[in-house]
Amino acid sequence: MELFTNQVLAGIATGAIYACMALAVVMIYQAIDHLNFAQGEMAMFSTFISWQLMQWGVPYWGAFVLTLAFAFAGGIVIERVLFKPLAKAPILTNVAGFIALFAIINSSAGLIWDFTIKQYPTPFGSAPFLGSQLISTHQAGMIGVTLVLLLALYFFFQYTRIGLAMRAAASLPESARLVGINTSWMIALGWGMASAIGAIAGMLIAPVVFLEPNMMVGVLLYGFAAAVLGGLTSPLGAVVGGFLMGIFENLVGTYIPGVGNELKLPIALALIISVLVVKPAGLFGRHIVKRV
Amino acid sequence: MSAAEEVVAEGHEAVEAVPKRAMTLGTGTSLVVLAALLIVPVFVKNFIIFQMTMLLIYGLAVLALNILTGGSGQFSLGQSAFYAVGAYVSAVLMEHANVNYALTIPISAAVCFGFGYLFGKPALRLSGVYLALATFALATAMPQLLKLNFLEHWTGGVQGLVVTKPDAPFGLPMSQDMWLYYFSLAVVLAIYIFSVNLLRSRSGRAFMAIRDNEIAASAMGVDVALYKTLAFGVSAAITGVAGSLGAIAVQFVAPDSFTINLAISLFLGMVVGGVGWLPGSFVGAAFIIFVPNMAESISKGLSGAVFGVLLFLVIYLVPHGARQVAILGQQLVGKLRKN
Repeated sequence: MELFTNQVLAGIATGAIYACMALAVVMIYQAIDHLNFAQGEMAMFSTFISWQLMQWGVPYWGAFVLTLAFAFAGGIVIERVLFKPLAKAPILTNVAGFIALFAIINSSAGLIWDFTIKQYPTPFGSAPFLGSQLISTHQAGMIGVTLVLLLALYFFFQYTRIGLAMRAAASLPESARLVGINTSWMIALGWGMASAIGAIAGMLIAPVVFLEPNMMVGVLLYGFAAAVLGGLTSPLGAVVGGFLMGIFENLVGTYIPGVGNELKLPIALALIISVLVVKPAGLFGRHIVKRV
Repeated sequence: MSAAEEVVAEGHEAVEAVPKRAMTLGTGTSLVVLAALLIVPVFVKNFIIFQMTMLLIYGLAVLALNILTGGSGQFSLGQSAFYAVGAYVSAVLMEHANVNYALTIPISAAVCFGFGYLFGKPALRLSGVYLALATFALATAMPQLLKLNFLEHWTGGVQGLVVTKPDAPFGLPMSQDMWLYYFSLAVVLAIYIFSVNLLRSRSGRAFMAIRDNEIAASAMGVDVALYKTLAFGVSAAITGVAGSLGAIAVQFVAPDSFTINLAISLFLGMVVGGVGWLPGSFVGAAFIIFVPNMAESISKGLSGAVFGVLLFLVIYLVPHGARQVAILGQQLVGKLRKN
């Protein structure tokens, strides 16, 4: 039993990483209605920017804020320059565009900062949290930040005019345009916010997985899976999905014999798919009714 | 976010509706292309023949994805898994059971058909992003499954298997590469003709009806479950054949050559060639074989970025892929004829 509780706790700790990334995934899905494969790379690039700022002597929180601003602006610029011209193109062409963006960012980061692994500081320290060896203060801080972020997003979407406008633009673009919402800019705003959330995720994850150009590839997959599990339309679902994903993965690794590190992901995905077969819109997702 | 908001999916289909006549080339053009494919190898070096063989093989794999996505509207990131199964079936049969290479191809088609059909069953309830995730899971699991200990006796584990390259039969005076090229060409042609006819048949119309509107299709009496799994099966079988040919041509199979990257490449090939346009598959295959090498030769350190930029250029200029170029060409020819 103690092994079980320990593994669940450790799972929650890793789950916080996935939850954070899943929030960014849901954010972009709300804005553009599909998944952005380059999201992880955008987050990785932002994290490198903050690292570079700290190398130049900027204090942690200064670098944090500057990086958020950079990520927000960067997301908007990417949407305006690269994806707005593709708005009318088929969805699969857009997906190819995401893959191209992935390649460009990954390879540029590799050239600028090379592929060696770098240490990344944490603002929360890394002592054991409340005397538990399984969760460090950093991981506890990460869980805290994720929850704060979730609350902020909830209030933003539920109680601000611009949040309402974004929801409208995402669910019924035609009607939203008719009531005077600039849907095109709402999409750009969604990109900016998703990119900023991704940057927060990146900066929180970097102390755990270390900083290098490929650090986000695995995390993004788990983030996607978590978002899908929780329901792509629900930020709360994304966070719950993230934690579940972390717990799943740890328990699978502990209790199913012969599962190496590599088979963890496929098994976790298989579990998610079985959940989806029963609940196709995810755990908290809004059920989509199709009109013929 | 309320529980039962209605979302209208108008003009937001995942896959464009391509009419079936627009899915193939005209007879004249086809004959010219075929003639070129037959004659060119006689005049070029063995290495180029090998590359042309790979082009045909990847083209076949992209074609399989095109039938699945362009034909029946189902998205798959798991094609690399079917390709791997095909490759391993051939390799294991050839190396452990001494089966003739040509015979392994129908066997791997049958195995992959079964595999794809069975995979299509649970995937029935999933579509769009969810199906992408499910197929993605398959693609990430495959290399790990091939490395499993109890399969190692047959698969060779991480090391993989070396496959013997076949000689030209009947004492034909041609190199192994050239023979393999003509052999692959024959297989690819047969499958291409089969695919064109499949899409023109009753089943093909059912695929397209499901792609364009699943609910309407089922209301008209199309057995949605049957045709969706059938599309998966056919696509997997063709990918499996491509995998077999690939294993024979490369003379080597190893788990790490069939990662998710292969599936992503095939997907890019489909987009570049034009979703739903079968001949475009081979254009797309050329893109995924040659452009990464080109990018590497432009800049070693930034090859990924150069590849990304080139890909962006292509999708900006022709968002509908090579199909768009073909349509433009057709219109131009039409205009010239009128004048």
